[in-house]
Amino acid sequence: MNWGSLEAFVAMGGYGPYVWGTYIVTILLLAAEVLWLRGRRRTIVRRLGLMRDISRRRAHETQA
Amino acid sequence: MSQRLVNWFKYSSPATFYGLAGKLVPWFAASSVVLFAIGLYIGFFMAPTDFQQGEAYRIIFIHVPAAWMSMFLYLLMAGYAALGLIFNTRLSGMMAQAIAPTGALFTFIALWSGALWGRPTWGTYWVWDARLTSELILLFLYVGFIALQASIEDPRRADKAGAVLAIVGAINVPIIYFSVQWWNTLHQGASVSLTRAPSMASVMLAGMLIMVFACWFYSIAVVLVRVRAIMLERERSSAWVAEQLADAHA
Repeated sequence: MNWGSLEAFVAMGGYGPYVWGTYIVTILLLAAEVLWLRGRRRTIVRRLGLMRDISRRRAHETQA
Repeated sequence: MSQRLVNWFKYSSPATFYGLAGKLVPWFAASSVVLFAIGLYIGFFMAPTDFQQGEAYRIIFIHVPAAWMSMFLYLLMAGYAALGLIFNTRLSGMMAQAIAPTGALFTFIALWSGALWGRPTWGTYWVWDARLTSELILLFLYVGFIALQASIEDPRRADKAGAVLAIVGAINVPIIYFSVQWWNTLHQGASVSLTRAPSMASVMLAGMLIMVFACWFYSIAVVLVRVRAIMLERERSSAWVAEQLADAHA
């Protein structure tokens, strides 16, 4: 174990801003990519669902 | 021989690949989370303090994997782009397009972590040395590829134009890799090489390699999710997409 206390862990031997600046930005960017992709997938699935519903309704109307 | 050819082309068809990719994503995502947890634990709690750099060296567990991924992903993207130009397969262009944003992300992380590591060890966030400059050019190549594809309406033409850019830009990857040997750079030489023993403690090396695998699995999962979205966007009027959606809503 390297760290005696939480303060020592956060301080990173005086290099805290550099070490945590790296790790926090990396984690935020990866999380943002995952969330952004989830949104992209939802958008296209929803849009395709709408398109399918519209084309079905049209087919229905022309039948009737 | 013909059997193998048939199988190859079966999986290069978007309809088949879409389902296969969907099954693989959860496995790669879960492996990535587990490996990140192990890698970070080793990096912060098992790897000892560096006798020269103190705790600042712990940036290595992000910096080196991100820098490697930025180069691996570029070569993979250029490889798919070349396949698309040669065989004119639809999937290749979609894969190249799906890899680019993740490659750009890792390139940015490599530059960002490098700047934050450079400040305490070199006394500066940035210098125009060969390694840093060529890595910055890599970021511009990714951004250029994405912007070029986004500016062309027809996806097949966008794939072709992007492919040429990606293939020509691939020359930059060996330049990044060998820059520390070819020029007198402030950036240090390779820490890990196939020809000699690594110049770091084995615990540090283990943590770093686990982080590399975590980044690989993360990239594979994210690229597969993105390529599935691209497939739906591009092939929305085809029969297989309608079938996929019918299954999903059933």
